[in-house]
Amino acid sequence: MTMQETTAAAPTSANLPMAKALNAGLRQAMLNDPKVLMMGEDIGPLGGVFRVTEGLHAEFGEKRVLDTPLAESGIIGTAIGLAMRGYRPVCEIQFDGFVFPGFDQITSQLARMRNRHEGGLTMPVVVRIPYGGHIGSIEHHQESPEAYFAHTPGLRVVSPSNPHDAYWMMQEAIASNDPVIFFEPKSRYWPKGEVDFTAAGTPLHASRVVRTGTSVTVVGHGAMVSVLLQAADLAAAEGISLEVIDLRSISPIDYTPILESVHKTGHLVVAQEAAGFVSVGSEIAATVTERAFYSLEAPVLRVSGFDTPFPPAAVETHFLPSPDRVLEAVDRSLAY
Amino acid sequence: MPVTSNDAPVRTLTSPTVQLLSTDGTFSPSESAAEFLPYFERLTEADYRKFYRDMVVVRKFDTEAANLQRQGQLALWVPSHGQEAAQVGSAYATRAQDHVFPSYREHVVGMIRGLDMVDILRMLRGVTLGGWTPEEHGNFHLYTLVLASQTLHATGYAMGMQLDGATATGNPDTDAAVIVYYGDGASSQGDANEALVFAASYQTPQVFFMQNNHWAISVPVSRQSRTPLYLRAGGFGMPGIQVDGNDVLASYAVTAKAMDDARAGHGPSLIEALTYRVGAHTTADDPTKYRDPDELAYWVARDPIVRFRSYLKGLGVEQEFLDSVDEEAADHAADVRRRALEITSPDRSVIFDNVYAEPHPLVVEQKAWLDAYETSFDGSES
Repeated sequence: MTMQETTAAAPTSANLPMAKALNAGLRQAMLNDPKVLMMGEDIGPLGGVFRVTEGLHAEFGEKRVLDTPLAESGIIGTAIGLAMRGYRPVCEIQFDGFVFPGFDQITSQLARMRNRHEGGLTMPVVVRIPYGGHIGSIEHHQESPEAYFAHTPGLRVVSPSNPHDAYWMMQEAIASNDPVIFFEPKSRYWPKGEVDFTAAGTPLHASRVVRTGTSVTVVGHGAMVSVLLQAADLAAAEGISLEVIDLRSISPIDYTPILESVHKTGHLVVAQEAAGFVSVGSEIAATVTERAFYSLEAPVLRVSGFDTPFPPAAVETHFLPSPDRVLEAVDRSLAY
Repeated sequence: MPVTSNDAPVRTLTSPTVQLLSTDGTFSPSESAAEFLPYFERLTEADYRKFYRDMVVVRKFDTEAANLQRQGQLALWVPSHGQEAAQVGSAYATRAQDHVFPSYREHVVGMIRGLDMVDILRMLRGVTLGGWTPEEHGNFHLYTLVLASQTLHATGYAMGMQLDGATATGNPDTDAAVIVYYGDGASSQGDANEALVFAASYQTPQVFFMQNNHWAISVPVSRQSRTPLYLRAGGFGMPGIQVDGNDVLASYAVTAKAMDDARAGHGPSLIEALTYRVGAHTTADDPTKYRDPDELAYWVARDPIVRFRSYLKGLGVEQEFLDSVDEEAADHAADVRRRALEITSPDRSVIFDNVYAEPHPLVVEQKAWLDAYETSFDGSES
């Protein structure tokens, strides 16, 4: 073995699916800080039902990767106690619709602990939630409950749309001294993307223009970003130029790129899988109307899931915002 | 005479309930007390005097705090009258390195852990949502108002002690454990049950100290459970002990053993302390609407302070001491009252300042807006 081989630098980038990028991000966070723990159902030897924690149990052992009893409130509640003791727990909720048994501990305890302690305590807990549709699954497995958490003071809420962001945002969320609800777009777990291991590029709570355009601004997060990019391709073929913004952070929302874009295009469409009533899209529509009223040439339009429970998978394509549904809203906006 | 209300299974204070003092204050250990006697024997007469003093001081404090509420000086008061023995006995079984997670009625536990009683009143006066820094006050954590939420925090904390190697090393002077207080009402919460599951799974160094005061506001314990609550522990895979919670010596002895076992790495246990909420649930409650006066009379006759005073008198403790404790309690209550009235309101910045550890633009913006809005009125009234 030559000296060069033993000291070979780690790769500076890789083409990875998001699930693997998240796994690499979790692993790096565990290497960086011995106080980082993983907790959740089936996250040990199995590596989680989506394999996002694969290999961590073998590498770090059962004291740092805890297969917990099957009880979400128990997971969050004990994570709070561990955080009080100085740990940085990362809790996996197996599916979006299973977070609600832990909702009270998240909203009444985790989110408020620091405030109740008058700043004398931090709660560096990450709650990972695979969310959203497009996977053809059964009830409680395809939901988008982000608005509940964005509505809760004391929480931060983020959602990556691509493997590079997933790798970096996970590490930044774990390093945050505030509780972070981390929505992982499970329909985007397996498409690959380039991950640059050398630099994040964008801060955790910044939104980002991922495609420049001039006609209409379209905004979304997580899995919706790829839908918006598809819509932009289709629109371009018809001579309509969409500017696509990846929200990345749902609480707080970084409005700077959105407002700059709206000042340029005069049109805004917000897209989300969640029901539209009292949603993140509603909040963005209200805020942009307040801050960019004179730039808008049309009302802000929302493209959302319907205000119904997530339907049986056989009809989910009728429920979920598609590129065509986004373009329908784009057309309506431009018709004003 | 049944100790539970209405149609609950009749249970009397007989074995297996651990008791050291009979209701008239004579030393008369129950059969079930045998394994706890060595823990009782650790106590000296000086300890007895502390136990008695603290029970009397907190009883008087409790009355004073209720008065403050009636006079509009507190938003609410949560009386502990009747539960002093369970709380004092269990609190003295903790050591400096232990952590205590209270519910919201464990005032004297806080006092024993070094908390200034005025700090408890700050939250109830509405000037803070917390009131003290646990690590600077005997590791006595903040009151938790959503019932049983703290049982999970306690379990997680105990898991952290295990991960830190802060327990079960074989050194009783440094090994730590957690005690969490909750009640018969909270025992029905999912969190209380999940905490028992997690504690049993990870064999946490932890004692679940459940005060069965027989009433969850207006609902009797029979609605919470058709089985004695301590028996539930077996279903979770841990020891369950029922103790006469109005017997301060028995409360101490069973908790001392459970905490020793926890620190030594023998895992969690559950203690059900049978006691009674003699007062109202809070000052917003009216127990005459739902409680049988005979039941109240039954328990008043089993007052923990009267019982322990009889025991002390039997030991020959001089009347002078008992009188001096009454005097100290009155002085303490007067001092707390005086200082409670001096509690000042915080600046409006507390609305915003501690919500996040790192700046959150929405909160920063709203704080600045409120400052600008409110200062815009400055000097406007001339």
